[in-house]
Amino acid sequence: MKVTEKDVTYVAGLANLELSADERVRMLKDLNSILDYIERLNELDTDKVAPMAQVSDRYGADESRPGSERFAYAAREDVRYGLRESLDHDVALKNAPETDGTFFVVPKVIER
Amino acid sequence: MTTAFTIESVRNAIAERTLTASALAEDFYTRIKQNDPEIGAFLILSKERAAAKAAEIDKLAEAGNPLPPLAGVPVAIKDVMVTRDVRTTAGSKILENFVPPYDCTAVSRMEAAGAIVLGKLNCDEFAMGSSTENSAYHPVHNPRDKSRVPGGSSGGSAAAVAAGMAVATLGSDTGGSIRQPASFCGVVGLKPTYGRVSRYGLIAFASSLDHIGPFANTVKDAALVLRTIAGRDPMDSTSAGVPVPNYVAALETPVEGLKVGVAKEYFGDGLDPEVRTAVEVAIQKLAERGCEIVPVSLPHTEYAIPTYYIVATAEASSNLARYDVVRYGYRARNARTLPDMYRLTREGGFGMEVKRRIMLGTYVLSAGYYDAYYLKAQRIRTLLTRDFDEAFKKVDVIAAPTCPTPAFRLGEKVNDPLAMYLADIYTVTANLAGIPGISVPCGENHEKLPIGLQLFGRHFDEATILRVAHAYEQARG
Repeated sequence: MKVTEKDVTYVAGLANLELSADERVRMLKDLNSILDYIERLNELDTDKVAPMAQVSDRYGADESRPGSERFAYAAREDVRYGLRESLDHDVALKNAPETDGTFFVVPKVIER
Repeated sequence: MTTAFTIESVRNAIAERTLTASALAEDFYTRIKQNDPEIGAFLILSKERAAAKAAEIDKLAEAGNPLPPLAGVPVAIKDVMVTRDVRTTAGSKILENFVPPYDCTAVSRMEAAGAIVLGKLNCDEFAMGSSTENSAYHPVHNPRDKSRVPGGSSGGSAAAVAAGMAVATLGSDTGGSIRQPASFCGVVGLKPTYGRVSRYGLIAFASSLDHIGPFANTVKDAALVLRTIAGRDPMDSTSAGVPVPNYVAALETPVEGLKVGVAKEYFGDGLDPEVRTAVEVAIQKLAERGCEIVPVSLPHTEYAIPTYYIVATAEASSNLARYDVVRYGYRARNARTLPDMYRLTREGGFGMEVKRRIMLGTYVLSAGYYDAYYLKAQRIRTLLTRDFDEAFKKVDVIAAPTCPTPAFRLGEKVNDPLAMYLADIYTVTANLAGIPGISVPCGENHEKLPIGLQLFGRHFDEATILRVAHAYEQARG
């Protein structure tokens, strides 16, 4: 599959990246060479192979249970007072570039 | 270089009162001051934190109380693990002034065991790279040959141990980022089983492939650190509830009768002849110790790199979406609207390799391409894992080179991303399958560059790879 300049623009938009003109040229070349190399995966017939999203399923999931109950190892009791402490409000704001003391402040969302 | 400390030699000296933790920490800061300007391993020094911990250990020693297992041991942490109140950058400009409000579990376990955290170590930005040349700050020079890379992405972690600036360090390994630098710098590096060590507090790159693990001078030290950091953590739901064995006690068990697999796919084209010879000699030493050498095949190995670069970049594109600079991070000042702010900040805050991987990851996950790339890669991941499952029915460990070559020169591969990616060829398989892997120094080439022997093991069987690595280390001398 060949990546075009239009693809680069589209994908950069999805990823919220503003690429410079030089970067776009490089990106087009690099993506194409990498995707070219990745093409070899099509040599393998994987129609009957189950996908593996992560390793933990092998030793965490309980296959005898239905749906998300399989992942009981990763869940906690659904109780109101079972929550851990959260960060203090001012600690949570400490690293922000801009705050008003209560909220994070950002530039306006819509330009009129 | 002065005699290398081990974890036990430090702890014993402090217990016997021939050394204080405070004096040792000062000594290591002096070493860092003298050696690091030419190496560049450290990004941040945490002197206050180190002094406070050292004072605490010294008080215990003075009172004659029993000392914790890593008492007084000077360690350092790859800057992708958060440290409360100590700047953490992930090697990126976007987190230049980020001061985390909490500790990575692995770090707090090290400190609870008495370790002295000297500082944070340089790495490729967001752990993306194989040479540490992608650090937004400065590269790291290999202590064994300063014109060369230390490897990556945990280049600082490997170099600090190799140069005697820390007794042990923590790094992270997503496609080989602990084992490859260990091999390039001539130290021991261990990637545990996925889920063996909590990832809480590890700045995420690819969540199904990331692992935290130790660098050390000896296999025994690596085993000691693993024992300290391993184990279920309620803060990481992927951390396994598998009990942590006493890796150190198991080390001395003789390896006679263990079966060591040798896979032809790891000894093919592209393998430097001197590396091949050194690894074959090492395997021969294991045979002399009574191991049975068994040929095995891992037939899908050639598909590992493309699979890895789909899965890792896809997960990275998702993980790095959080850097919107609303709640933390460097913010571009010339943005008039929120969408502008996101784009300009991420453009200015991320380096080229990070952008490249985000682009590739976004592309392979985008509508129309998800099945062809990401889903396909997940199926191949199953095949790669089955290769290992089959092999481990016949053998207990698999021996291979860690890297196809020794350390390359700084600047040599920066302009060819694909060439850089291909250097990971022997390491990515263990991340995709989640099995443990260790790299142990096994000689040098004619330019005195270190070469690494890699041992793979079954899931949660770090004890066996540590045992075999230890036996090899003893035989090698």
